[in-house]
Amino acid sequence: MISPMQKFRESEVYKSIFRHKYDDTQRNRALQIVDNVFLHLHPVRIPRHATNVGFTWGMGGITFLLFLILTLTGVILMFYYRPTAQYAYEDMKYLMNDVAFGPFVRNMHRWAAHLMVITVMLHMFRVFLTGSYKPPRQFNWVIGVILLVLTFLLSFTGYLLPWDQLSIWAVTVGTNMARATPLLGHDGPFGLELGMKIDNDIRFVLLGGTQVGPPTLLRFYVGHCIFLPLIASIFMVVHFWRIRKDGGISGPDTTKKTF
Amino acid sequence: MTTENNPQTNNPSPQITPTPLPRKAKQDRAPENDPGLWRMGRKSFFSFSAWLAFFGFIGISTIGSLRMMFPRILFEPSKKFKVGLPEEFLIGEVSEKFIDKGVWIIREQGGFYALIAICTHLGCAPRWLPTENKFKCACHGSGYYKNGINFEGPTPRPLERAAIGLADNGELEVDLSLKFKYELGDWVKEDSFYNYVA
Repeated sequence: MISPMQKFRESEVYKSIFRHKYDDTQRNRALQIVDNVFLHLHPVRIPRHATNVGFTWGMGGITFLLFLILTLTGVILMFYYRPTAQYAYEDMKYLMNDVAFGPFVRNMHRWAAHLMVITVMLHMFRVFLTGSYKPPRQFNWVIGVILLVLTFLLSFTGYLLPWDQLSIWAVTVGTNMARATPLLGHDGPFGLELGMKIDNDIRFVLLGGTQVGPPTLLRFYVGHCIFLPLIASIFMVVHFWRIRKDGGISGPDTTKKTF
Repeated sequence: MTTENNPQTNNPSPQITPTPLPRKAKQDRAPENDPGLWRMGRKSFFSFSAWLAFFGFIGISTIGSLRMMFPRILFEPSKKFKVGLPEEFLIGEVSEKFIDKGVWIIREQGGFYALIAICTHLGCAPRWLPTENKFKCACHGSGYYKNGINFEGPTPRPLERAAIGLADNGELEVDLSLKFKYELGDWVKEDSFYNYVA
């Protein structure tokens, strides 16, 4: 007598989706990773020390999990938020006061964002302490630094979106630093010599004007919701891929007899 | 060296290094000694043109997209505006009438100056506190005297002055796009102070 489940597993439909059997064998466990588009970035086998939480702290994985949470909650928030000066603040208030589960989703987004900055830095700290930036992983450290900057930029652009006094002045202060960019800022070194003015320098491009205003809100919104997550995703794919290609998670040097 | 191995010649007395046959003339081959840029076959020319078109398109698209990020029209308040007749201001008063435009008009014994209401620390908006006779920034606590000189908090330099002068109709006119910095010695310059004695 064949069980319905077994019958389903042998059906044309099931076999067209899952190309391997489900028996708990070494081969099938490997195939589950290799044959899956979402998991194939992950190594098929990992060394025992890589599962030691005391060694990895799990900070990279937690950071990625937070990024997924932020993507999901961010998309939900986008259903209620209009990035124009007229509506942005009202929509935020609406979310916080009248939308069902609005405060929950928004606070999830907020706390996940704060946490992600912390976990990214702790991840960097762990990688430094374990010497995992050393060859052959130098380039993955570089990608990690780019991802750190992208995380900060995501955090900064998201800060403006509530469009209240705090966010406007924080972004005013933050983007004032761009005035002093070397070569590209009108107050920076060689800026004047290169013809930089308040209405054609790098800060002008960031703000879409000479002061934080409605064009800034729209620019930061597009950057926060589309441009930066897209760029960060691409770098994340490379970051994860290179962990495997550079020999997996770093560990004790097994070639040395002192261990 | 055997003659049988060299089918190109049937010379009974073969040379050690046989002279190469003259190259067959071909339309798409450049002259032998031409070192120039145009030494290029027909297929390489097509390949070169295709890559040129590709990178040309990418390059021009990139420049166009970057240019698009610089708006031509700004929907911002004008930097130059009239603030009223000189008689409307009291001597010794810090006028906050145009604080929405980001400027204080101050009348002294000898005339007028306009201080830009942007903190020189990090760019927040300070407030005028009449009871304490000072400008105070809420962000990080920078403080300035009535004349704009900094005396407390983290700010490294005085407030900036905007250009002030008389318009055609006799009203005072402020131009925020012209700035005068004390530390550069700009405050003695024309337009940084409007001489007026009633």
